[in-house]
Amino acid sequence: MKRHDVIVIGAGHNGLANAAFLAKSGLKVLVLEANPYIGGATVSRELYPHWTYSNCSYVCGLLRPEIYRSLELARHGLQIVPYGGGVTFTRDGDILGGYLDKEVKRREIARHSPRDADAYMRYSRDVMRQCRLIRTLLMRTPPDPSSLKWRDIREMIHLGGEFAKLGEAGIHDTMRFYMLSIADYLNEYFESDLVKATFAGSGIIGTALGVQSPGTAYVLLHHYMGDVDGQMGAWGFARGGMGAVSKALAAALQAHGGEIKVGAGVERVLVRRGRACGVALANGDEHRAHVIVSNVDPKRTFLKLFDASDLQPEVLRLARNFKIRGSSGKLNIALDGLPDFPALGAGNPLISGDMHFLDSLERYERAYDDWKNGTWSKDPYLDLLIPSVTDPSMAPPGKHMMSVFVQYVPPLVHGREWTDADREAFKQTVFDQIARYSPNFRSLVLHAEVRTPRELEAEVGLTEGNIFQGELTFDQLFFNRPFPGYAQYRGPVRGLYMCGSGTHPGGGVMAAPGANAAREILHDLRRESTVPEGWSDD
Amino acid sequence: MTERLPVVIIGAGHNGLVCAAYLARAGRRVLVLEAGTRIGGAAITREFALGYKVSAVAHLLHLLDPTIARELALAGHGLSYAKTALRTVALSMQGEPLIISGSEILGNGISAADRSAFGLYHARMQKFSRFIARQHGRVPPRLAFSSWRDALPAAALGVDLRRLGKRGMREFLRVATMNIYDVLEDTFENPLLKGALALDGVLGAKLGPRSGNTVYGALYRNSGSLDGQGGVLALPRGGMGAVSDALASAARAAGVEIRCGSTVSQVIVKDGRATGVRLKQGTDIGAECVVSNADPRTTLLQLLGARHLEAEFARRVQHLRIAGNAAKLHLALRAEPEFRGVRPDQLGERLLIAPDMAYVESAFNPAKYGEFSAQPVFEITLPSLHDPSLAPAGQHVLSAIVQYAPYDLKGGWARCKSAFLSAIMAVLEQYAPGIGGLVLHTELLTPEDLEQQFHMAGGHWHHGELALDQFMMLRPVPGAAQYAMPVDGLYLCGAGCHPGGGVMGSAGRNAARVILGKR
Repeated sequence: MKRHDVIVIGAGHNGLANAAFLAKSGLKVLVLEANPYIGGATVSRELYPHWTYSNCSYVCGLLRPEIYRSLELARHGLQIVPYGGGVTFTRDGDILGGYLDKEVKRREIARHSPRDADAYMRYSRDVMRQCRLIRTLLMRTPPDPSSLKWRDIREMIHLGGEFAKLGEAGIHDTMRFYMLSIADYLNEYFESDLVKATFAGSGIIGTALGVQSPGTAYVLLHHYMGDVDGQMGAWGFARGGMGAVSKALAAALQAHGGEIKVGAGVERVLVRRGRACGVALANGDEHRAHVIVSNVDPKRTFLKLFDASDLQPEVLRLARNFKIRGSSGKLNIALDGLPDFPALGAGNPLISGDMHFLDSLERYERAYDDWKNGTWSKDPYLDLLIPSVTDPSMAPPGKHMMSVFVQYVPPLVHGREWTDADREAFKQTVFDQIARYSPNFRSLVLHAEVRTPRELEAEVGLTEGNIFQGELTFDQLFFNRPFPGYAQYRGPVRGLYMCGSGTHPGGGVMAAPGANAAREILHDLRRESTVPEGWSDD
Repeated sequence: MTERLPVVIIGAGHNGLVCAAYLARAGRRVLVLEAGTRIGGAAITREFALGYKVSAVAHLLHLLDPTIARELALAGHGLSYAKTALRTVALSMQGEPLIISGSEILGNGISAADRSAFGLYHARMQKFSRFIARQHGRVPPRLAFSSWRDALPAAALGVDLRRLGKRGMREFLRVATMNIYDVLEDTFENPLLKGALALDGVLGAKLGPRSGNTVYGALYRNSGSLDGQGGVLALPRGGMGAVSDALASAARAAGVEIRCGSTVSQVIVKDGRATGVRLKQGTDIGAECVVSNADPRTTLLQLLGARHLEAEFARRVQHLRIAGNAAKLHLALRAEPEFRGVRPDQLGERLLIAPDMAYVESAFNPAKYGEFSAQPVFEITLPSLHDPSLAPAGQHVLSAIVQYAPYDLKGGWARCKSAFLSAIMAVLEQYAPGIGGLVLHTELLTPEDLEQQFHMAGGHWHHGELALDQFMMLRPVPGAAQYAMPVDGLYLCGAGCHPGGGVMGSAGRNAARVILGKR
């Protein structure tokens, strides 16, 4: 029976960030992780000898620079390397290259539609405006609009101020942006279906919605609001795979005297007199603490880790109705060499960027219809990357590692569990999609890890295998995330806090939820905050 | 001293007539110019075959603002109802239908759990609908404040939100943007009930139950409060035209002059100000100001012309989402049809074909690709059961809204209309075996037909999608939501403005208030 000030359930990147900030303020912090390794979905694993797979999350772009600096993650070994743009392949053997150099990209778009090349300038300006607004909110706790507490009113006033800066037209644009589907939003700028398809992908990644579903314009923003060394909207690789992120966070935590226990799965949060006072492990051990923080998704936290009698029925209802849908899968592939993509041509820098194969909005939408009908997309959206081109440490010399994010993939196939036959058929669907654009791809495959939403739930614990710990729709964003009235990281039981992606500002390897939760905990403990103020260098 | 120029209103739709009546009652000279041979726009009763009359577009009255009905004394001007408080009958292939009447549900082996859940659901939706209805009677707030007075409308909105109470406000802010599919899945078991309620969320829109915004659609649809009760459905005696006739008579009584058969071809602009209109016949009519009941796109891009608009603004109007997705079916029947499991006394209610949410969603899917539903959803009424004046004795008319029928159909309506009609009749036959044999005359109005016959761009009866990116201060387009257009002296008063479509009249009344407040 051991005592700590704080117990964090789950060593995902948010749990680690949260623990690190709490330890930094001098608290005795213990992080309990069910798996034999830390990181949750932010891991590097050697599932095939000498190959490193970032087998869940695979790119890094949202990690808040404030956190990177204040936890000195660079000193703890984290290095983020920007990668080379992106490309969309067309069925007729052409490409649309998303080169990093904006001017080159504009010319490339002009090749397909001169009108859209100009529209692209307006488009990126407008999206960046939305980024600037939301970036000021990432490191802040959402106000409760229904509350009359001074703290909430002050935050609402601050929010109003941020909006007022946009001017009336700006506010209108923002309102529309949050309500529109990505398809409608893109239709307002572009005429070429290929150009629209190129930008549409970010609107649906990780989301059980189609490009025509209202609310997907925001999801696009969610993928644009990050930056890699000051480059807004840019994405990069963590050198050594995503595990490097959790490793650095863990190192920061330990440097401040925090402890991590792996292979220690929490079974119950212990509640006494309406107050969370400790946790019971699967192996029977008990740990006590004044503060219990859950990095686990809201559904699992309240429906699995709690005794129902310890929670109000209303909370159970909200948890049951929380939308956390599995919509994506992943293939991690060890390759004997670099596959050719004839449409790219030899030596094209875009080989190091992300590759997409849907060249029309209709193909996107039909992919979603398959998911609605309970099966994986027959013509799936792929976000394909070959990290080993940028980071040789991922594979042996001359060999390569390929990461393929796949959408849409349902948590159940026609309402039943995945079978091995399903998994194989799913793998072939993805292979076919790739082979259509890379004839020699199949012959290079040495090993492939197939991940459906099931694997993600079984290994990492994310309900239904949802990568964001909950859908990023407005009913579950900001002051609604995870539930209305519980969006300030405090749980429904005293002493319980939430720090996962299921809280504001949501998913992606951002670490902001963990940091914001730490700030609220320190506030409640009347300790000075160790969490940096949000800033933006825009 | 020359006589004061009239306010010219383009279009004698119900909103145009409401606007005219209020302006005239405030002492303005008002001239209404209607292109059609008769008044009413999309709120008319039409003889689609000799002896058979139907409400040609809108066929159920539920949103009409009671304040307008009272202030304009519409009852005194001849508006009466053949039937109010219509119940909803959700048809089932398996037999027993489900009846929804107010806060009660009966039939189709409905479980006790669903029955009690519905009570709560209904009460909550009513509460939220009343909140929305309160906004309908107001001019949308400005969001940039030069003085505390400008801030008042926005503040009023905030106060209304608070009046929902802490829990109510939280719940509203959660569900307002949601899709109705999730809300219904979370609340009910019975598939037929979920299908029927989902239809309220998608009727008239290019949305499926799983699309966001559909909860708002359902709230909007139930925001009417005819004879003081929320969400009441009614059939005006003599069809929807009776509403327009009453409005016209009220307007005339107030001194409004209405000219039919005079098509406005252009709004005349002199030194940046709308000074009158030019008729198709070539004559010009000077105006104190010009108010258009036409849809925003027609008004701003055709009648006014983009050259009078700032480029960015014109681009927004260009991108208005204004393509219709609902068709209207009219059948003349030689006798009462029989619907599966529907008792004769239930036949006159609002009949729905939306057996479950998956059915509605798959009806929607083709619309995304410019195809019509092979298995459409229906909202059916048989008004002649309540109003014999609509059909010869013993015979009947059937009026149905049928979805989905995208305006920009692949292959064009000219080629595919008959295919859609047979798809419609096939489904109808399944639910009403033998109905095909009773049909004497058929009229199917696709969005294309609605556009041509009722001068609505895109054939969208709401003059633009009713979605959260086109509502309140965003309707019709940001910066023009307060009825005054960027060109001085030009106003909009139609469904394209806040609060939107449905025979409501609020847009016309709000516009009139803005115009009168102008000076």
